[in-house]
Amino acid sequence: MAAKKTTKKVTVPKKKKPRLRKSGPAKDENKGDLKQVALESIVEVATSVYSTASAGDLPTITMPQRNLGNVTYSKETGYFELGDNFKTRTLDVNSVKTFAQSLRLMSLAQDMVGDDDFATKREAYYVSKNWGAAKFNEQRESDTVLDDMEGMFSLKGVTRETLRFVPEEHGGSVVGALTVIDRDPETLEPIRSDCAAMGSGAYTVPSSVDHLGFETTAEFVLAIETGGMFQRLNHHRYWRTANCILVEMGGVPTRATRRFVRRLSEDLKLPVYAFVDCDPYGICNIYRTLKVGSGASAHINAKFCVPNATYLGVTPQDIEDFGLQDATHPLLPVDIKRAKDALKNDPFFQAHPKWKKALKHMLKLGVRAEQQAFAKWGLNFVIEEYLPVKMKQIKQFLP
Amino acid sequence: MGKAQREISISEFFAKNRHLLGFDNKQKALLTTIKEAVDNSLDACEEAGILPDLVVEIHQLEQDDRFRVVVQDNGPGIVRAQIPNIFGKLLYGSKFHSRRQSRGQQGIGISAAGLYGQMTTGKGPHIISKTIRGKAHHFAIQMDSTKNKPLITKDDELAEWHLKQGTRFEIEIEASYKRGLRSVDDYIKQTAVSNPHASVTYLAPGMEEARLYERASDVVPERGEEIKPHPYGVELGELMKMLRNTNSRWLSGFLQEEFCRVGPKVAKTIIAAAGLTERSYPSRIAREEADSLYRAIQAAKISAPPTTCLSPIGEERILDGLQKETDADFYAIATRPPSVYRGNPFQIEVGIAWAKPGNDLLDVDTSGRITKKKKKKNTADTENLLGNADEAVRVLRFANRVPLLSQQSSCGFTKAVINTAWKNYGLSQSRGAMPVGSAVILIHMASVWVPFTSEAKEAIAPYNEILKEVKLALQEAGRKLGQHIRKGKRVAQEFEKRSYIESYLPHVGIGLQEILGITDVQREDVVETLRDSMETKRKI
Repeated sequence: MAAKKTTKKVTVPKKKKPRLRKSGPAKDENKGDLKQVALESIVEVATSVYSTASAGDLPTITMPQRNLGNVTYSKETGYFELGDNFKTRTLDVNSVKTFAQSLRLMSLAQDMVGDDDFATKREAYYVSKNWGAAKFNEQRESDTVLDDMEGMFSLKGVTRETLRFVPEEHGGSVVGALTVIDRDPETLEPIRSDCAAMGSGAYTVPSSVDHLGFETTAEFVLAIETGGMFQRLNHHRYWRTANCILVEMGGVPTRATRRFVRRLSEDLKLPVYAFVDCDPYGICNIYRTLKVGSGASAHINAKFCVPNATYLGVTPQDIEDFGLQDATHPLLPVDIKRAKDALKNDPFFQAHPKWKKALKHMLKLGVRAEQQAFAKWGLNFVIEEYLPVKMKQIKQFLP
Repeated sequence: MGKAQREISISEFFAKNRHLLGFDNKQKALLTTIKEAVDNSLDACEEAGILPDLVVEIHQLEQDDRFRVVVQDNGPGIVRAQIPNIFGKLLYGSKFHSRRQSRGQQGIGISAAGLYGQMTTGKGPHIISKTIRGKAHHFAIQMDSTKNKPLITKDDELAEWHLKQGTRFEIEIEASYKRGLRSVDDYIKQTAVSNPHASVTYLAPGMEEARLYERASDVVPERGEEIKPHPYGVELGELMKMLRNTNSRWLSGFLQEEFCRVGPKVAKTIIAAAGLTERSYPSRIAREEADSLYRAIQAAKISAPPTTCLSPIGEERILDGLQKETDADFYAIATRPPSVYRGNPFQIEVGIAWAKPGNDLLDVDTSGRITKKKKKKNTADTENLLGNADEAVRVLRFANRVPLLSQQSSCGFTKAVINTAWKNYGLSQSRGAMPVGSAVILIHMASVWVPFTSEAKEAIAPYNEILKEVKLALQEAGRKLGQHIRKGKRVAQEFEKRSYIESYLPHVGIGLQEILGITDVQREDVVETLRDSMETKRKI
């Protein structure tokens, strides 16, 4: 298909009365108050350790295995799920330190849930410095213990955020027809943030998002890989023209960003389209993680992925359709390896013949194209041509 | 020309060649003098079945290089008539001709010491000796080195003496006293190690009071039996001498009478092989056919000499000696069965004392609990025989219980130590070097005739048969040492693991207490229970 070189006038969607969608804080239908569940789970684990130890036996802690071998892709739920493999850690010379540290971190979590406080992973690491011999020497150690703990509690739907260990990094930027309803941590008064009233800036996704409420008139969510593209679309108010919410992922989306988009998708019933680079990293890492979660943290995927997301572009076919051949770079060996590895081992891509075809197409072309490659046809070609054309073919988006 | 030719007396010869006897320098002269006297004293006590009580004194005199040396024993004493010859005549003794294990061999040592004293200070030795029945006699002797004859300058009978029997040897010599390796101190200490049945009171310059090396064993070593020479060990010249001097009239009788392990059958074989007849006259053969007889003897199949003549120190007493004088954590002893070199029976014993590097000892009790003990510091007065962990292992060499102090590098024992692969036994060792570690290796050779490389009796000649036996003994003791070191490493690792548990277990308690709100007592109880269940599940 030949590329369209002439700049056409902006396609304005038909004006129809925007529908207002609303959502309160996240709810867990089965488990009731997650805070209570978290507190009970902590006491349950400690009681089991205490009674086993008092009986003269060596206590054990059981948690799901978090390796890729214990992960399956479920087409029904649409994300990576943990299998039935568990690992049991018995108190012995090799585990005594981790055992002590886990218990002390659980005690810290208990306090934080009760006092409605939180600790970043870095802070949790520093809290341990007061534990004498049991202190962590590097944050890597405390992160591992926290991941194990989260895996253990994930069976009850309790996330690390529920235990009040929040990630260091905040989420991505958001603009568009969305009002976020937060609350003042001290007064508990609601605070409304209108993401359409951020000027040239943007609303930033906080590290914990389950307490947020939403109101929107937008019709879809566009999740964008790069800050540069996000700025361009924001500057030219694409979100207004297209009546959408723009979310900047900034590479592989953080837990908070994934959870935020998931809530927009699930609670507001908005479709989510991903707009990333056409290279194995953009597809196999950024998009795959947004859509189905990562294999390495399958225990949290139930909440930290967006199964309804679809892939707008850039697709290998787009390279040909929009005449980007001379705006590409050859695939590096690492890219080729990543794409082949996905075809061979990744259950998500294996489950979708369209994706297999697309990846093979890219390997055949032997090139990758960035979102910014459209600038070849003019800085705003992406707004004026590419996105409007793509938005007419939503049914053809890759799954 | 003919006029200039005359007989040289043996004492003249040695006066000129005193280094051959171990009097090369002042320091060594002191050591050799004491060593010869102590050897004689210990031999005498052993022969008489007496537990030796030795007194060794070195007194500094007014001149810097003048010393008075005293060696006194509680042995059987010497009958009056023998005293001048024993102490004033070279090559006079009871041991040279006997095939019996003893410290002295030649009959040179003590009289050479007297000669040395006389040459350097002009004064001969003083001897007091008393047998149990006789009176004590005090002799002063000068030596006529041309005629090799003693000149008695004093011969008193003492009315009273403080010992009921014994001998006291006293001499003034030119010497030099130093401490450290190869010193008299070292010699006395090593003598105490190899003679745990002896007590030694030792006084040297600079000491405030005499030092007592206590007796660690109340058993006098059994005396080896005297044996006849074994045919393999006799050289042609000696064989001719024996043929001339024998009382036997027939060759067959000569062989059976003068040698051990020769019966009628063996004698017959030898004689047939030499092309002689059983009734040949020994003295005639000495002149004409000794050579073929000698070769027939060497070719004949003769069983090994009896080993009843050997008197090893014994594993228990080596252990006593090492424990007494070293502050080690582990001892391994190995004894080889008797063997033969050139017709001379000998036996090798080896002991290893090893100290764990560092100051702590780990102790495992019967319930499997490991506790750390502070090493008791060695309060011994002389320097520890054990070196540092990064130094070469010390080798204590003994021949018939006599310490060999000099010429370590040319000694066969040293070669055997170097040729043993110590890495297999937990000690580090560079190629062709001594092993390294805080350890002492004791090697003892008991034999009726020890093959020294020189008359100073300082190094063992490296006969293959001897090297092989020493190496086998070292390997046997080394294996025990290796096992111990490896076990020690296991215990150390286990201790480390347990201290690891010890440092984290309380935090399990704290975590549980914080989450569950249990009391301090409950917390301590659960930690204690956990510790027990973890330790009983860890067996060493």
